[in-house]
Amino acid sequence: MNLDDLRPGSECLVKRLHAHDKLGQRLMDMGVYPGLAMKVIRNAPLEDPMELELDGYYLSIRHEEARFVEVERR
Amino acid sequence: MRGKKALLALAGQPNCGKSTVFNALTGASQHVANYPGVTVEKMTGSYRYDGMKVEVVDLPGTYSLTSYSPEERVSRSFLLHDKPSVVVNVADASNLKRHLYLTFQLMEMGVPLVVDLNMMDVAEKRDIDIDTQELSRQLGVPVVPTAIKQGRGKKELFKSINSVAGSERSPEPFHVDYGSMEPYLTEIENEFSKNGVLSKDYPGRWLAIKLVEGDNEARKLIREHHSTPGKVLEFIENKRQEFESKHNEKPERHIAFSRYKVADTISRSCIKPRAVSKQPLSDRADAIICHKFLGPLILVGVIYLLYYLSIVQGYNITNYTWPLLAKIRSITESFLPAPGFIDTPLVRSMTLWFVDSINALLNYIPIFFILFGLIAILEDSGYMPRMAFILDRIFNRYGLHGQSTLPMVLGGIYIGGCAVPGVMSCKGIPCERARFATILTIPMLNCLAKVPLYVLMINIYFAEYKGPAMFFISTISLLMVLPVAKILTRTVLRNKDTSPFIMEMPPYHIPTIRGVLGRAVERVWIFIKKIITIVAVIAIVIFILLQFPGLSDERKAYYDTEKDRAIAGFYQKIEENPYAEYVQGGNLMALVLYWDKYKNAKMMAKGKEAASAVNEKFKAENPAFFTIVQPKRDKEAKSVNKAFKKLFSARKKLLREIKKEKIDNSFLGRIGRAMEPYTKYAGFNWRVNVSLLASFAAKESSVATLGALYEQEVEGESLETRMEKGEKGFTALHALALMLFMVLYPPCVATSIMVKIQTGQIRWMIFSMAFPIVLGTCVATLIFSGGTALGLTGLQAMIAFYCLALAITIGTGFIKNKSKTT
Repeated sequence: MNLDDLRPGSECLVKRLHAHDKLGQRLMDMGVYPGLAMKVIRNAPLEDPMELELDGYYLSIRHEEARFVEVERR
Repeated sequence: MRGKKALLALAGQPNCGKSTVFNALTGASQHVANYPGVTVEKMTGSYRYDGMKVEVVDLPGTYSLTSYSPEERVSRSFLLHDKPSVVVNVADASNLKRHLYLTFQLMEMGVPLVVDLNMMDVAEKRDIDIDTQELSRQLGVPVVPTAIKQGRGKKELFKSINSVAGSERSPEPFHVDYGSMEPYLTEIENEFSKNGVLSKDYPGRWLAIKLVEGDNEARKLIREHHSTPGKVLEFIENKRQEFESKHNEKPERHIAFSRYKVADTISRSCIKPRAVSKQPLSDRADAIICHKFLGPLILVGVIYLLYYLSIVQGYNITNYTWPLLAKIRSITESFLPAPGFIDTPLVRSMTLWFVDSINALLNYIPIFFILFGLIAILEDSGYMPRMAFILDRIFNRYGLHGQSTLPMVLGGIYIGGCAVPGVMSCKGIPCERARFATILTIPMLNCLAKVPLYVLMINIYFAEYKGPAMFFISTISLLMVLPVAKILTRTVLRNKDTSPFIMEMPPYHIPTIRGVLGRAVERVWIFIKKIITIVAVIAIVIFILLQFPGLSDERKAYYDTEKDRAIAGFYQKIEENPYAEYVQGGNLMALVLYWDKYKNAKMMAKGKEAASAVNEKFKAENPAFFTIVQPKRDKEAKSVNKAFKKLFSARKKLLREIKKEKIDNSFLGRIGRAMEPYTKYAGFNWRVNVSLLASFAAKESSVATLGALYEQEVEGESLETRMEKGEKGFTALHALALMLFMVLYPPCVATSIMVKIQTGQIRWMIFSMAFPIVLGTCVATLIFSGGTALGLTGLQAMIAFYCLALAITIGTGFIKNKSKTT
């Protein structure tokens, strides 16, 4: 299951990053790594992008980018 | 410690309060420049504490220190090559783990570090209790807890900086344990450290980590400094592949994950477990601000407020500041040689033209000041990322970016903006392709200076449909911006880098007055410095093109005869008059100037008292002239007054004719005529061509030049009636073509300079001027020639074009984007 499949309100654990180069680097630099717990807070008014909470801070990410983050539901 | 000097670098992730720390350290002594070769801003400042003079360089805020973005490259290269004596790492105490990720990377570079654990107040509010002594012990560097915004911990920070900068001992770099990667790192370090140069200048372990990460800049270092770079790089590549196949993970991934694991362990051991986690206030606010229905509504409100306060209210303020600028002009005028009866000295006309051009731009300063202040509030409060969050979906479809919102608003998304701050604010867009698309399309929005031409055209040719016509022109620009942005990203910009949208949504803050005002003043100052100098040069060039080669000797002689005839006629009429003796020879010109000055002074004077004060002043200056100007019941003076009035208007007419003939005859006039055979399909005659050419310096000139070209036959006749009379063949179709050309008009000089600064390349500046000309000509030709062929009226053509633009906008929105991200 990938991050973009999750609805607002769901919580998950990051399993693996499938993105390479820039997107992968950016995800890591923003604190997304395997084992991390996060929560989908909301979608933007036009559905995309989505807002995540991880470790007390908030990120927004487009669905087309969230597709590269493999997660498992908690 | 007396007389010591130190170089301090301020590093930290975005949203950790780094700029507040920078302000607190340096106070008012700040300086902005660019790092050489890139468009990244370099902030420097200095202070003195306990005898130590400290130069502070504020590095750009970055999450990491890879070589992916120019900001990261700039920061890294500064730390490596400028060798600061102390680096202050500002970290957000409420987000310790993520900020430690950068701290580790700084420590690996072997720089003398002080960790400023900032925003302690926010952490405390969230019940996060950090043992800073334990943190300092584990990291092996000083950790100073601060809440700089409240001034907490500032003194301790100063002291800590001095003690680190003052000590000669180079610190022992903290080791992140990379586990299964460690043997590889040792091997790689051994491989290149056989070559002495590298290990002397660059920390060995750091270089090994970067090389195993596959970092491009690190490879470059090997290629530049190593004697057998090919061999070393091949060795490293083999090691990378070996690791990946053995551990089923990319080396760079493994390194980042290890850092987070260590950061997690450290932050867990230093943070006392909190009782209950409260939902932060910011998140509760976001439930409303990013709400499905309320969010967009609030956004529209904020944009409207921004527009209303800066453009509308700022424009009102210019009513008070304009007299100041007019004063500067009149003071300048008083130092210049006086005008002759029909010939104005070149130095006079040129200087006044120069002052007028500069004033036209200085007039915008109140607007810019409010605008920049409000933007600083939006930036500091944290609303900006929310704007991007809400609008990204729409902009992304057209190859733009959520963060294109602000530049678009500034550029005049509805009507009345300015492309200069618009292009300037594109700096914040992280995606290169979207940034370029935004920079290139912003000049197509409706800036304030385009409005006078619209108003003129609508008043003459769409007088019955003013409302709809104004709506058309205000919204059509966005309908052209979106598809053009899309087309640009699919063509000329297709090879530009894209970057992911992933953006932090920082907690909301209340902006400080000092921060907001400081930024507004600083940006206005940059605007003045950068823009005015260049506009000044261009103004002179346009002046020369409009004035030269000037009148032929024949025509000069003709005007001289006309002048002599008018003057002779005047003297004839007042031959027997006792006042005649006051206006002989040079005195006649003196009276002309006196008359002019008196009229102007009267116009400026408001109220009865001021008017009588003006009268007193002029009476004292020259009683005889005053009687001629204000004859009251004096019959003889009255007849001189009448004759003189006639002479005065004869002079005005001659001046106007000369001006017109000069422009007709000028280089610009000739170019305008030469272009007429081509532009006639777009409906532009040579006069329109000249005014469009002259508007390049500043678009305000379009109406001013038209004003000069259509001569006034009756005193006080408006340009509207003059143009209607002067252009019998002009129709609403001509006007529509002209208005649309104005929408697509290439960026003015000031904007072009900004485009050059923001793109870093002259060729993009040239492109930004060339493509709107081509596009504008096509659209104008389509309207005029197409409209004529189909027999459309102006209004029909307007509706047809609007539908076409709308259809294209919707259509292009469905074309898929190709991203280069993954």
